[in-house]
Amino acid sequence: MSIKTEDIEIQLLLEAIYLKYNYDFRKYARASIKRRLTRAKESLRCSSFSMLQDRILHDPAVFPPLLSYLTVQVSEMFRDPEYFKAIREQVIPYLKTFPSLKVWVAGCSHGEEVYSLAILFREEGLEKRTLYYGTDINYQALEIAEKGIYPLDQIALFTENHRRSGGKSSLSDYYTAGYGSAVFDKSLRERIVFSNHSLVSDAVFAEVHLISCRNVLIYFDRDVQDRAVGLFEEALAYRGFLGLGSKETLRHSKYVNSLEDFVKEEKIYRKRDVA
Amino acid sequence: MKAVVIGASVGAVEALSAILPPLPADYPLPILAVVHIPPDRSSVLVTLFASKCQMAVKEAEDKELIRPGTVYFAPADYHLLVEQNGTLSLSADAPVYFSRPSINVLFESASDAYREELIAIVLSGTNSDGAEGLNAVCEAGGTAIVQDLASSLGCEMPEAAMAACPAAKQLSLEAIKEFLMEAAYVEGVS
Repeated sequence: MSIKTEDIEIQLLLEAIYLKYNYDFRKYARASIKRRLTRAKESLRCSSFSMLQDRILHDPAVFPPLLSYLTVQVSEMFRDPEYFKAIREQVIPYLKTFPSLKVWVAGCSHGEEVYSLAILFREEGLEKRTLYYGTDINYQALEIAEKGIYPLDQIALFTENHRRSGGKSSLSDYYTAGYGSAVFDKSLRERIVFSNHSLVSDAVFAEVHLISCRNVLIYFDRDVQDRAVGLFEEALAYRGFLGLGSKETLRHSKYVNSLEDFVKEEKIYRKRDVA
Repeated sequence: MKAVVIGASVGAVEALSAILPPLPADYPLPILAVVHIPPDRSSVLVTLFASKCQMAVKEAEDKELIRPGTVYFAPADYHLLVEQNGTLSLSADAPVYFSRPSINVLFESASDAYREELIAIVLSGTNSDGAEGLNAVCEAGGTAIVQDLASSLGCEMPEAAMAACPAAKQLSLEAIKEFLMEAAYVEGVS
């Protein structure tokens, strides 16, 4: 079957985004990218992907909104409470044996998961010895993450998730409510570094003990999935932990032998002991 | 024909129970299904239909190659999409019309991949998910089918689908099953 004009346009648009702005979406799973680009095209009132390409090439102001369409993830604090419960009950006992810890949330978007882990680590008495990295390719999302301010209407869900994750305190201890927003405690942020980092093109930046990267790999094609997992494998300290999304697996990965199941049902892996 | 996509909500189990179990183990098309179900009940459908069906039944996995003779259910809380290269993708993008998985997302991506070689079926349900997707299937020249109201526990979804895609065939569950057999065997498989 011959390639459709629309698909040619998408390929050219992704190439243009890469050449002009250095964001590489060329190896993302195409069906989702196409959906996101279609929404961007409609909201930016372009009649075709070629027109969208013309606009982003000649008007840099159009790129930030396009980037948001391409990258923004929806998340929650303590999303999938069972995952956080497994971290709390099964991973934390090992982490407690380290004098200092580094945690990396890759693809952190608005930072919900970084704050969730910071709260969890505080509850478990590990806060003072831990440094957290939250990375994403969308600088606009990182600005929101830095602020740690979330819509108040999400707090009921966050609170319920936190409780179900085995939370030992009340979530309300960590934020101040006002003007329709929940402002999270600045003290949580003291040990968090939010930074721009791409799993597609950047290198490892630190040795870490726990990586959480959930519902990010599903957006990549097989090659980039392998590249990302390769970075994780390299970044993990001896016997470090990697948590993926509930429907993500290393089964088909090039690195399947470097990481072993630790909490299988929650997709938490542990770096193997290699002699 | 290359594939069948099905979307269902309230009344899904009853409707699918009339359609899927009679299909033979070597049914030559893959069947991809989105059923709205609470996140904590995700594996129930697979277990239920694996015991009733002759075809293989499984939860769809990310990057999995789509195979004939297999029924794939979208996992709870993820969208299911078809890639042009014949594999499946999952996405955690925002719900579409409050639905994740969304029938529209499956239908639109499958229509994009299979064009006129796709059969899309909207079954019983009480929302309007699937209507836009079915329209995309019609526009691409695919075959659109909607469950008749008489057998639907929830009529809103079939009604919305018919309104969005008046060219769709409105069939009883028995007729849908017959159609699937004929479409796969009589017209041949490309």
